[in-house]
Amino acid sequence: MTATVERRTLTPSEAAVAPPRRRRSGTFLGVLAWLIGILFVLPVVWMVLTSFHSENDAATNPPSVFAPLTLDGYANFFGASTGASPWPPLLNSMTASVVSTVLVLLLAIPAAYALSIRPVRKWTDVMFFFLSTKMLPVVAGLLPVYLIAQGIGMLDNIWLLIVLYTSMNLPIAVWMMRSFLAEVPVEILEAASVDGASLTRTLRVIVMPIVLPGIAATSLICFIFSWNELLFARVLTATVAQTAPVFLTSFVTSQGLFLAKVCAAAVVVSLPVLIAGFAAQDKLVQGLSLGAIK
Amino acid sequence: MTTTQEKKAQPALRRSGDWARRAPLLPALVFLIIVTQLPFVGTLVISFMNWNAYYPDERGFAGFDNFARVLTDVTTREAIVTTIVLTVSVVLISLLLGMLIALLLDRAFLGRGFVRTMMITPFLVVPVAAALVWKHALYNPEYGLFNGLLTGIFGAGAPQPDWVSTMPLTSVVAALVWQWTPFMMLIILAGLQSKPLDVIEAAQIDGCSPFQVFRHMTFPHLRQYLELGGLLGSIYIVQNFDAVFTITSGGLGTANLPYTIYQTFYNAQDYGRASAAGVVVVIGTILIATLALRTVSSLFREEGSR
Repeated sequence: MTATVERRTLTPSEAAVAPPRRRRSGTFLGVLAWLIGILFVLPVVWMVLTSFHSENDAATNPPSVFAPLTLDGYANFFGASTGASPWPPLLNSMTASVVSTVLVLLLAIPAAYALSIRPVRKWTDVMFFFLSTKMLPVVAGLLPVYLIAQGIGMLDNIWLLIVLYTSMNLPIAVWMMRSFLAEVPVEILEAASVDGASLTRTLRVIVMPIVLPGIAATSLICFIFSWNELLFARVLTATVAQTAPVFLTSFVTSQGLFLAKVCAAAVVVSLPVLIAGFAAQDKLVQGLSLGAIK
Repeated sequence: MTTTQEKKAQPALRRSGDWARRAPLLPALVFLIIVTQLPFVGTLVISFMNWNAYYPDERGFAGFDNFARVLTDVTTREAIVTTIVLTVSVVLISLLLGMLIALLLDRAFLGRGFVRTMMITPFLVVPVAAALVWKHALYNPEYGLFNGLLTGIFGAGAPQPDWVSTMPLTSVVAALVWQWTPFMMLIILAGLQSKPLDVIEAAQIDGCSPFQVFRHMTFPHLRQYLELGGLLGSIYIVQNFDAVFTITSGGLGTANLPYTIYQTFYNAQDYGRASAAGVVVVIGTILIATLALRTVSSLFREEGSR
């Protein structure tokens, strides 16, 4: 269909009419887009601003936008005055997210290779099996996991979360990595094999440079999902292996006196994800849609 | 050293065929079966048992009792309804908003990249943190931003609703829509940017109105992306725990199934009934998942035909 459509250039009269009309509505829609963007980012901006206000200025009505900025909220959050230190939960979250991401990559990359470049028979069935495990609600497998962990003494142990986060992210990683590996042109691989290049050499010299950005994006998305996870961590950890989101739940019933502290906590815990997310912006959609959309 | 080894390995690889191909796949497959499938089998078994940790002596086979209790229990039935209402409203509203915003962002304008980054931000805030901020910094009746803005605009006599108490489910939905609209927007934007531009240009030159172009060209092209966004969104939102737990703690009729199961298991220690409810959720999810798989396989076919 596309081939039969002849591309026409604008005649002078069309060119004279079309652009101004488009420009006027374009300005309006551009402004609208800006307004919506600001509206969506506003709660986050408010969160950051409040985190830099003193508790007195944070809890006012109407809001005191231009109140002096202070680091008191952060000082309180990091335990200068009251409460438990957030450092162990933050370190636990970092450990669980980083180690499980590494494990996911070690398992997912070979699997994705077997599903794309030299696909096994019935590879689509295998892909759908991976996806179906993602659709199984976490809550439906939680109790046996809890009972088994209790039985083998793994409750409140960060390694239990690492294993679970690995299984949680593995299907996404396999799907993403498959779509990245599928971008490697088969012709190049064939040419390499005709030229007598070995498998490892082909992987290292041809495949790796193409999929490296994909590996980076996959890692970031696995990191984000592990970092955000609450339900497993809430049920399976207590004091020793508590993660940052579980630590945050201690603020659920907080009252107004701690608003700046709550916002500082939300900012600190969100910061790694915000950084990772902005870095992976372009690849984010591919990861979230399990690599189905390029 | 490596080269001679590899020369030997190559023909061996070809001969061993299937198993050499399968080998890289197996660790992932075996790991996933053990960690995700076996627990679910456990849930299935426990769902047919009388098992409450507070009454260890009464453990035994229960048949379909747990299911009967789950489906006749008012709390669980309400949770099922809440789950459906929550999921459907969040998915539909964020899908619609996401599509409109994606259409806006698909056009060139000053600072488009920056607006896109602003739009994505809600999705990047840790869900518990986002829910905390909505609960304490936005919804709070005394010092929250919403009522603060009302006072700022209408003066001291402005209405000061207690958002979470008066409209609990809407409050949860609004916070979730805020977090999920960027997700829908990203998927739809990806779809928009893959549409065949030359055809649309030709249609515009041939005198089609923007609405006609949207109705007959853009929208049909977007359909599969809308479906994918909707179905993936449903899978995630059906399972939502963070927002319900944080904003209302499941109170005021906002307890969805994941939260109810968590309660039944964690607080009531009724393992049998929690498992039966879990099985009910899985059955519901399978229905959505079947649709999702169909959509994704249509995307696969497209990839194959490319």
